[in-house]
Amino acid sequence: MSITIIVCTGAGGVGKTTTAAALALRAAEQGRDVCVLTIDPAKRLAQAMGLSILDNTPRRVEGVCGPDGKGSLHAMMLDMKRTFDEVVEGHADPERAQAILDNPFYQALSSSFAGTQEYMAMEKLGQLRAKADEDGSWDLIIVDTPPSRSALDFLDAPERLGSFLDGRFIRILTAPARGAGRGIGKIAAFSFGLFTSVLNKILGSQVLADVGSFVAAIDTTFGGFRERADATYTLLQAAGTSFVVIAAPERDALREAAFFVERLKSDSMPLAGLVLNRVQEGSELNLSAEQATASADKLEKLGPDERLTAALLRLHADRQRIYTRQLHLAERFTAAHPGVAATTVPALPEDIHDISGLREIGDLLAKKREP
Amino acid sequence: MWPGVALHVVSGKGGTGKTTVAAALALALAHQGKRTLLMEVEDRQGIAQLFDTPPLPYEERKIAVAPGGGEVWALAINAQEALLDYLDIFYNLRRAGSVLRRMGAIDFATTIAPGLRDVLLTGKACEVVRRIDKLAPNAYSAIVLDAPPTGRISRFLNVNSEVSGLAKVGPIRNHADLVMSVISSPRTAVHLVTLLEEMPVQETADGVAELRAAHLPVGGIFVNMTRQPMLTGEQLQEARSDTLPAESIEQCLNEAGLGDRGGAIVSTLLREANDHALRVDLEARESARIVELGLPTFFLPLLSQGIDLGGLYELANLLREAGVR
Repeated sequence: MSITIIVCTGAGGVGKTTTAAALALRAAEQGRDVCVLTIDPAKRLAQAMGLSILDNTPRRVEGVCGPDGKGSLHAMMLDMKRTFDEVVEGHADPERAQAILDNPFYQALSSSFAGTQEYMAMEKLGQLRAKADEDGSWDLIIVDTPPSRSALDFLDAPERLGSFLDGRFIRILTAPARGAGRGIGKIAAFSFGLFTSVLNKILGSQVLADVGSFVAAIDTTFGGFRERADATYTLLQAAGTSFVVIAAPERDALREAAFFVERLKSDSMPLAGLVLNRVQEGSELNLSAEQATASADKLEKLGPDERLTAALLRLHADRQRIYTRQLHLAERFTAAHPGVAATTVPALPEDIHDISGLREIGDLLAKKREP
Repeated sequence: MWPGVALHVVSGKGGTGKTTVAAALALALAHQGKRTLLMEVEDRQGIAQLFDTPPLPYEERKIAVAPGGGEVWALAINAQEALLDYLDIFYNLRRAGSVLRRMGAIDFATTIAPGLRDVLLTGKACEVVRRIDKLAPNAYSAIVLDAPPTGRISRFLNVNSEVSGLAKVGPIRNHADLVMSVISSPRTAVHLVTLLEEMPVQETADGVAELRAAHLPVGGIFVNMTRQPMLTGEQLQEARSDTLPAESIEQCLNEAGLGDRGGAIVSTLLREANDHALRVDLEARESARIVELGLPTFFLPLLSQGIDLGGLYELANLLREAGVR
């Protein structure tokens, strides 16, 4: 059975989680077996999907299936610390695993550093994929990405962590323990001395010692962090994986989307398309903001009875202005990235926090509409 | 408002217009010959885009003149430069930079090591604040920091606890303590930007609780992109229940020369009025939740033409009128 992976990505606050959940629900209701991995859903949305327990495993969302009873939806919320701990426990004997789990540097690394979340999201995706391969639980996995500084972090952070843990810096730090540092040239020795003295000044010797013992413990148990990160990265390039870039019709969000689209292209990762959320809909009425404003001005001069109509016209003018500005931004994006499939979801007057709301978003997503 | 506050930290959910509000605040605080510094920390060059200038280097630059002769300066901090700065200021070690870079230590300190990056960034902001105490000639009257989003703000500012996982003692710990002595003092105010929508308001309420729990000084709430109700209370009521007088509206449209469009125009305007009424209701509900937080609150309008330099001055003026000094 072939397994499809969809990665939802975009700047913070554009509705990634909602879009991921809506896509997942729609697919499940059309008979697919879907697992959606969310990172940090809003409380009420999480509750709607039955995600009240944080146990780092997918839970079935009750009552969701296709018309003929086929199809199912599982949802989970990523617990990054737990995922990291499980990686450690799964790759080291109990004693060594405990040593790593107790290491202060590991504790800091696994719970707070920028990038762990991305790395663990990738790790979890790999696990879900492996499970699906093994027992056929799912034929579609949808991943939401962490709310990071930049959408590109999702692609870059695992590599960064991997190359750090396998890299030169770590080898130097742990050099005394390995007897390295001997036999290097005079200049290198000088650099090395300066280097360790500076690090001692910045970090203090205790931190260096913690990092050193962490690396020593991890080195013998993990088959290379970088290889692990590389393997997941390759998964993202494999057939069956595609990216959905999500944006709002604002300059910053669209710029972020543009960066991401270009990056996917250069890394030959398949882009499914762009979802433009919270778009102000234009009216079918051919009445521009300028015309509406001019008419409103005219009516206001006529007297108090005309005020209501004038106000309605100003309301319309405001909407049209927002619509025109958003249309302009969207057109700029499309002009710069021709051939990128795009769909828009109109701004809804209320927030989404139940299954029927997600269903409505799913319907809107599937409607054929050009931005 | 906020006498004695030197460092204004502006956070908010993604997409709420943090950078815009931070810039408007820096302009408002720079009135009458004062000089403020607007800082950003996320390598996004959001300030340059907002003020329509080339990308900002790691260097303080004047970017705008405030009404009444004040000046706004800007600085885009990045962790790497901040680290070199730190080495220079505290250890006179700027030249060690290239060695550190070659060995991968700069990468380690600025992207990998938990908390270090944040200490470096907040540390730079505090260094600028301390110039005021030293009566340095390059001191600013206020600093506005365009900070990471609400979800990460407590962790970003609470460098002490972040670093404590990494270092219980040692130089980096001492530096974190120094930074904390500014950030958790009454000289700092952490402001949150929100929209009148459910999720951003919830995140704001959570953020306020989190900041208070971490003993970080909460400043005000900036409610961005609000829509002015364009109809009276009675009209909104009618718009909600679809009972606006369609016939008299059609008559008025005829008077305005828009009558040739048949009924389509009336029904569209009525539907838009209904949308507007729902939106006004939602905003009123969320507004009430914001007021419950009991913090100084500032409402900024949605500028339908988008944010440009003119819009920024408009927002700054509104903040001044609302008492921001």
